[in-house]
Amino acid sequence: MTAPSGVHSTGGEPLLDVQDLQVHFPVHGGVFSRVMGWVKAVDGVSFHVNPGETLGFVGESGSGKTTVGRAIMNLLRPMTPDVHLGGKILFRSESGVFDLNNLDRATMHPLRAEISMIFQDPYSSLNPRMTVEQIVDGPLKIHTKLTRQERRDRVLGILDRVGLQPQYANRYPHEFSGGQRQRIGIARALATRPKLVIADEPVSALDVSVRAQVINLMQDLQDEFKLTYLFVAHDLSVVHHISNRIAVMYLGSLAEIGTSDQVYEAPVHPYSKALLSAVPQPDPHRRRSDRIRLQGDIPTPLRKPSGCGFRTRCPVAQERCAATVPPLVDVGAGQMVACPIVAEQRAQKSA
Amino acid sequence: MSVQPAQKPAGAPLLQVKNLQTHFAVGGMVAKAVSGVSFDLHKGEVLGIVGESGSGKSVTALSLIRLIPDPPGKIVGGEVIFNGQDLLKMPIEDVRKIRGRDIGMIFQEPMTSLNPVFTIGKQVMEPLLFHEKLSKAEARNRAIEALAGVGIPDAARRLDDYPHQFSGGMRQRVMIAMMMVCNPAILIADEPSTALDVTIQAQVLELMLDLRRKREGAAIILITHDLAVVAETCDRVLVMYGGKVQEASTVVDLFENPMHPYTRGLMKSIPHAQDKGKRLTAIRGNVPSIFDLPDGCKFCTRCPDVMDRCWTVEPELREVTPGHWVRCHLTEDKK
Repeated sequence: MTAPSGVHSTGGEPLLDVQDLQVHFPVHGGVFSRVMGWVKAVDGVSFHVNPGETLGFVGESGSGKTTVGRAIMNLLRPMTPDVHLGGKILFRSESGVFDLNNLDRATMHPLRAEISMIFQDPYSSLNPRMTVEQIVDGPLKIHTKLTRQERRDRVLGILDRVGLQPQYANRYPHEFSGGQRQRIGIARALATRPKLVIADEPVSALDVSVRAQVINLMQDLQDEFKLTYLFVAHDLSVVHHISNRIAVMYLGSLAEIGTSDQVYEAPVHPYSKALLSAVPQPDPHRRRSDRIRLQGDIPTPLRKPSGCGFRTRCPVAQERCAATVPPLVDVGAGQMVACPIVAEQRAQKSA
Repeated sequence: MSVQPAQKPAGAPLLQVKNLQTHFAVGGMVAKAVSGVSFDLHKGEVLGIVGESGSGKSVTALSLIRLIPDPPGKIVGGEVIFNGQDLLKMPIEDVRKIRGRDIGMIFQEPMTSLNPVFTIGKQVMEPLLFHEKLSKAEARNRAIEALAGVGIPDAARRLDDYPHQFSGGMRQRVMIAMMMVCNPAILIADEPSTALDVTIQAQVLELMLDLRRKREGAAIILITHDLAVVAETCDRVLVMYGGKVQEASTVVDLFENPMHPYTRGLMKSIPHAQDKGKRLTAIRGNVPSIFDLPDGCKFCTRCPDVMDRCWTVEPELREVTPGHWVRCHLTEDKK
């Protein structure tokens, strides 16, 4: 593993530079199915990913972490044609920099070989009527000009690399266990030799004893193929283990972003603190008595609180939090936090 | 929360499970989902049952209160002694009177365990009307109290709402309220927090543990795949694999001195903050199908320390140190 890189890129250009991303889904209702409102699933998110690093995205359900991944994959428009997409998603491809947010199908098409995705559910993300070889060959057929024999060699090579023997190539997904299916999903994602891999909860559905195998495999493949990961998950100990940096999302906005150790060991934002303190520790001597109890649930993105989205559950909220959406500010060593209250407290302490 | 000492409380156990066996017949094959599970549940304790999919942990829990769908499932042997009676031999009508009143249960999926066509109030009041024969007005008041007790804001009004109007975390709190209204002696919780976000998970686990404050001597059986949840909440723990208990001890003892190669493997495969970036030590292979378990030790196909006899002779569950039971040939010789 490479050393964690700073929040600001240390030389070299970022592979992915997301600027003020907005994803708003329309809510239809009434007799004529008019647009009644907007779900602001992602509301002004900026971050970048450096080549070769792993950026972990954590947050609870409804935080928008999955939507960020799908926006980068350019999957939202086909799913919801009237979705509102704002901001820029700059991707440094081999043939130049493209804004993935404003691409037509034809321009996006060749880029799909460079960005791929690993899905959460190994049961529903593989076509049950296709053999393993057909599944892994799919992206090669579409995106490469390789001959049939070259593709077959590539498929068998990548299957071998993810730990599946060549005789499995002609079998169907139902013949495999969850862990093996996730290996097939990884093989499919890596077949076109992508640069950026978006992994959305890739180990959450797996048994504990198999999870470690898949995490190790993903790390080995990252070293071998110089992959850049965007690792979306809710399991913080797994995200900390695999990521160089971690971004914490809450209700469509970034609450905090910093190196993996900064965010995991010394979170600053009140939400990150509460989230981290809720993680159970596998050590009966370290039962938490200092757990921060959050009141209630995450609000629905349909009726977001004004200003800071977290203020309705925040232990340090003040009146001014309702007025403006707090920007991310540097609280030292590149740790960026979207909370002026804790940022001021830290500035006073160090002054 | 405090770690309870390892002492066995005086008096008879609250629940005694002896050699429980539950099989499923599917397509001409028999899956021995639970094959010979025995344990005692003592007053006031939180007993964890950990295992992966197919380990038999959920089937064990469902068998205790006869909730196994028959067919295809069948409890083929064993005893479950509660209040001097064997729940497995009782007429099912009598078991229904015990369910909910004396033994409560919370399931993993709060979406599917509430009935979508009845109001929350009706469902929380049901056990009170059925078991305690309260009047509707009394039951309503008790239901409001219970919902407020698990932190549902504006409980009196929300009583008339339907399950779909509640979030996942709130539904699970409703399930807990439903179970708590009768203050059962035993609570069986099957992955109660697995489908929930981590901050909600913490709330739900704490509410569950509150039962012990409400009813003295109440005991909890917590079924989970998550060792960290066990470490945080349980006093004693059973580790299951392949339908059998592989290791049983106090939580502190299990984490300080895991003896079964499977338990050790599990502990090593969880990421620890201090070992960031290092490779995890994974257990090789995959969880075997319950239709196709090995003859000998159930873990022999994946065990790093496997020996010849492990393939043919299944080890006994033996007490290796006081209160610490292990099913492994390696520890058999130590005693």
